[in-house]
Parts: sequence; C-alpha cells; structure tokens
Amino acid sequence: MSHALNQLWLVRMRTFIREPDAIFWTFIFPILLTIGLGIAFRNKSAEIIHVDVADGAEAELLASYLDDDDVFAVEIVAPEEAYERLRLGKTSIIVKQGDELEYVYDPTRPESRLARVTLDDALQRAMGRADVAETSDTEVTEPGARYIDFLIPGLLGMNLMGGGLWGVGFTITDMRVKKLLKRLVATPMKRSHFMFALIGGRMAFLIPELAMLLGAGWLLFDLRISGGLLSILVISAVGALTFSGLGLLVACRARRIETIVGLTNAVTLPMWLFSGVFFSYEKFPEVFLPFIKLLPLTRLNDALRAVVLEGAGLTDQVVPLLILAAWGGASFLLAMKWFRWT
Amino acid sequence: MSQAVLCRDLRKRYESKAGAVDAVNGLNLEIETGECFGLLGPNGAGKTTTVEILEGLLTATSGRVEVLGLQWNGRDDDEIRQRIGISLQETRFNEKLSVRETVKMFRSFYRQGREPRDVIGMVNLEEKEKAWVGKLSGGQAQRLAVACALVGDPELLFLDEPTTGLDPQSRREVWDIIREQRTRSRTTLITTHYMDEAQRLCDRVAVIDHGKVIALGSPDELIQQIGGEHIVEFDLVHRNGESADLPAESFGGLAEVSSTRREGDGYSLTVNKPHVALPALINMIQGEQLELARLMTRHVSLEDVFVTLTGRRLADEETADVARA
Repeated sequence: MSHALNQLWLVRMRTFIREPDAIFWTFIFPILLTIGLGIAFRNKSAEIIHVDVADGAEAELLASYLDDDDVFAVEIVAPEEAYERLRLGKTSIIVKQGDELEYVYDPTRPESRLARVTLDDALQRAMGRADVAETSDTEVTEPGARYIDFLIPGLLGMNLMGGGLWGVGFTITDMRVKKLLKRLVATPMKRSHFMFALIGGRMAFLIPELAMLLGAGWLLFDLRISGGLLSILVISAVGALTFSGLGLLVACRARRIETIVGLTNAVTLPMWLFSGVFFSYEKFPEVFLPFIKLLPLTRLNDALRAVVLEGAGLTDQVVPLLILAAWGGASFLLAMKWFRWT
Repeated sequence: MSQAVLCRDLRKRYESKAGAVDAVNGLNLEIETGECFGLLGPNGAGKTTTVEILEGLLTATSGRVEVLGLQWNGRDDDEIRQRIGISLQETRFNEKLSVRETVKMFRSFYRQGREPRDVIGMVNLEEKEKAWVGKLSGGQAQRLAVACALVGDPELLFLDEPTTGLDPQSRREVWDIIREQRTRSRTTLITTHYMDEAQRLCDRVAVIDHGKVIALGSPDELIQQIGGEHIVEFDLVHRNGESADLPAESFGGLAEVSSTRREGDGYSLTVNKPHVALPALINMIQGEQLELARLMTRHVSLEDVFVTLTGRRLADEETADVARA
C-alpha cells in the first residue's frame, strides 16, 4: 500500500491542479501583472512633450519654431483653455509671447520641469542663440536598468509570499472549517506527514512558478538574468519555506475563513507596500529603513534582485537568507506549538 | 477479551463566560466486544462529547476511559487509532478528490486494512468510484464517510449520527452497512436521536440525558421496563362537544393498565393486554357520560421509553432547536 506521506502529497497536488482559482493566482496573475506594469512603465525612447502656445500675435511664429522637432506636440489654444488643459495634465507647459517669453508650468511635476528646460532650449536656439561648447551624445539603454528589470524579481518575491501564505494558510483553515483536520487527526496519520505534504506541495510548484515568470520576462521584455539559475532556485526555495511557515502560523488557530482572509491581508499588505515589490523601499524616510529591512519579503526581494540583476552569487546572500530562515523557523515552531487540529 | 469500551464516572465540563456547562456528568458505560451499541438521546444530551472523548479527540475533565483495553495516555494513542474507525457528525471531504482517491488516502494511514476497492463496494459506491466528492448526494457522502471509517478494518467502529439529515432510502442503505458489521462481529458504537434507528440496529442502547445514562438495556428490555407493550391514546369530549378534563390517574385502576399520562389535550395509557384494557376503558367512559373523540393503539417504542423517563418528547426538543436556530 502506498505510503501515507506520498498519498498526502498526491492529494495536495491533485487538489491544487483541480482548482482553477489557485492556478490563476499562482501562474497567470503574476504574468498579467508583469505585462500590465511592463507596458505602463516602459521606458519610452522619445517622450512627447505637450506644449500649448497661448493664442496671440506671435503664436504662429512661436509654434513654427518647434515644427521640425518631433519631441514637441504643439497646439495653439486660447489662454483660458490652455490654463484648463495644464490643470488637467493634458499639456505640460504653456508658452506666451508678451514683452518677454513667459513659461507657465507646475514645477512639482517632473514632466513640466523637463518641458521647461527642453522648450526653452529649443526656442532660444531657434531665435538665434549659439552654443558655446561642442557636445556629443552617447545613448545607453541597457536591459538590466529598466523598470521591468526591477519589477520582475519583486513580483517573484511577492508571488512566493502569496503562495506560502494563501496556499498553506487558506488550505489549513478550509480543512479545519470542514472538520477534515479533525477527521484526519482521528486516524493514525502522523501529523508531521501532514505538515511535510502541505509544504512539499507548495515546493513542487516552485519550479513552474519561477519558469513561467522569468520566462515571460525573458520572452516579452528581454529580461537578462545575470546570476545563476541555481542561486535563484535556492533563494526562492528558502523564501517559499519561510512564507509557508508564516502561513502555518497565521492559520494555526483560525476557525473561520473570514479570520484567515483578514490575518493574511494584514501580513501581506504591509510587505506589498514596504518591501520593494513595485518601487524601491529607499524612497521611504530613512528612519523606516531598519524596520523595512527586517521584513522577510524585503530580504527575499533584495536577494533575488542581487542575483537576477547584479549577478551576485549565493555566498553574498548569506545574511538575507539567514534572516529569512529565522522568520520561517520561528513561525514554524510557534505554529506547531499553538496548532489547533479540531 | 474485555469490554471494547469502558467509561467510569466520565465528566466533561466546558467553562465559558456564561458559566460552566457539564456536557458529560458522571457517565458510566460498558460496551461488549461484538455488539452494536446505541447512544440515544436528544440533541445536546452529551452523546457527541462522549463519543469524541472515546475517539481521543477531546480530553475528559475527569473519569476513566478504556478503549479496546487501552487508555488515551499519549503512549498508546497510535495503537488505539490503528484499531478504531470513525465517522464524525459532519465532515466535508475534499470536493476535488474522487471517492477512490479519498478512500485510498485514508487507507494509507493504517498498518493494515481493507482494499479501497472492497470498501467502496461494501458501501455501494462502485459507480461513483471516479466521481468527485463534491458531486455526491448527501446519502452518498455519508456512505463515503463510513467507507473511510471501515478502510482500516477497525475492531471498533464509531458512527456519530450517521443518518441525520438523510432521506429514508439513504438511511436504509447506511443501516445495511452497519448490520453487515455486526455479522462480522465487530463492535459498533452508534449515536442517534432516531429511536426507530436504535430499535432496528442495536443490541443494547443507553439513553442519555443531561450527560448521564438514564436507562440501559436491549430495546426490548427498555420497553418492558415501562410495564407494558402497548400504548393506548385517546381524547375525550362531553356529549355537548366540550372537551372533558379528567385527571390522568383516574384511569390507573383499570385492568392491565400499568401507567397513565396526560398528553396534550388527550391521554396516553401503557397497557399489557389491550383486549382486556379497552373494554374496561370504554365502560368507564360511558359511566362518566363522556364520548371518545379519538382512539389509537400501538406498540411501545423507545420514544415512549424516553418520554416515560424524562417527561419530554424527543420530537419536542428538535422543534425547540429549530425554533432557536
């Protein structure tokens, strides 16, 4: 007769594969997110600058200065309308010819400041200014420095977190609600087998998860993976174990689905925000950083980015991995101590 | 071989903000190897708590428990679990697994047991072997629960309300499976609040109320204990149609009547020989210038035993539960 551990693991595989929702959130959703964010925040080779020329005596002439330059999208509009368009963000800057050239723009908007500099430069030259120094441009857009490159390791980390917390925590709570845990614990089943199967089930989907997300990044966005695939796998495995442990802890006493949904959100949402999934956590005030760096997802994301983007080896990642392991180990021990089967 | 189950002065107290509740309150029980034993009682009587203590799922507050001669002490727990089979009151198995996969998983927990295919055959689910659990009817799901209880080939089988909520046809199918166990001389402990179920299936029953055994014996013995085999129920009216109001005791002196009771607007007598008691009753009614509005005789059931012992009807309690819910 087949071994209990094997049977329990097979059950986890079967129930996962037969659950369309789980497949969607684990495999499809991260790719959709990658595509969506990748398109929204793609590095545009030539950013169009919208310029409104306030209608007046010299408006046609001013506009004609900018005609040849593809960077500018110029419109001549009545002054009141131009102000309205500026307020709504339809244009970045207004230029008015009075006694002098007047630029109207919002200095807190980066595209408006860029428009101010570029527009002034173009108009001054068109009006006859001569540049005093010879310049030449060497343009560099390397894969590895783009937003999508930053994003994909972050999404990978986020997915590992979600998979562990939802995959383990929700499954356990669901089984407890259905009294299935109680039924199982009334059999001679070894409780450790149950736990191993649960976490083993989670680990089995690690490789397809990694392959799909990194593969999508490579195929669609030309993601270059600088470090070793094995290092990525090891770090991801440690991350998946850590978040499985957290999932166990969060679910160790929950008796209702509402409870586990609330608790899991309470654990995952701060890390979505603070741990540098979508943007660098360095943007938070410096006092926050020590705390942010204690979060497991921060360390997982940092380690993944170091390997994927900078080609770091595993030996450079000992500290983050230890912090992750500490989170995972402590969660697991506490979960076992408090676990409620019935 | 000793008893399959032994309980001595078993107690289970639940403390809560509203105060302490004694779900099991000094319960004694001995179940012999090979018998089908019924725990009978209304909802909330302590049946499930008792069974879950016996199954090792709950810890008793005090008292002695032996299951197959062993105790739940940490050391022998696995041994007991290997030898018992359990069907809980409500377990929802994984909906996305097939019947066969579910039974196979349960089989893998036991050192020895039956082939999953055989067990599925025993509960007549062969046709559903490959169907997902989520697609089963209530009766089929309950039979699957029994199959999972049987797959370890248990010496002692616990079935907690195995037919509650099932239609009559499904109930009969579950009964057949339980009878099959008895022919294999395996011990079965079944809880139920259906008196007819206990009467049909059990060698012996214990009637439980408020956490204690209030009656114990074979269904026939319990029925004899209340002093007659038949129940006569009737309503009385005056000649002008008004309902009559005699004390129940007035019928106590009639021949072959062993007990009397008011029941709603009417009366209920326990009698030994209806062919003697009925003419005497009709004589007396005519003497009182009254008329019979309703007359019914039937065999005594366990239900009557319960009413005699507690003064309450099981059905009333169920209605009350529904009203509360």
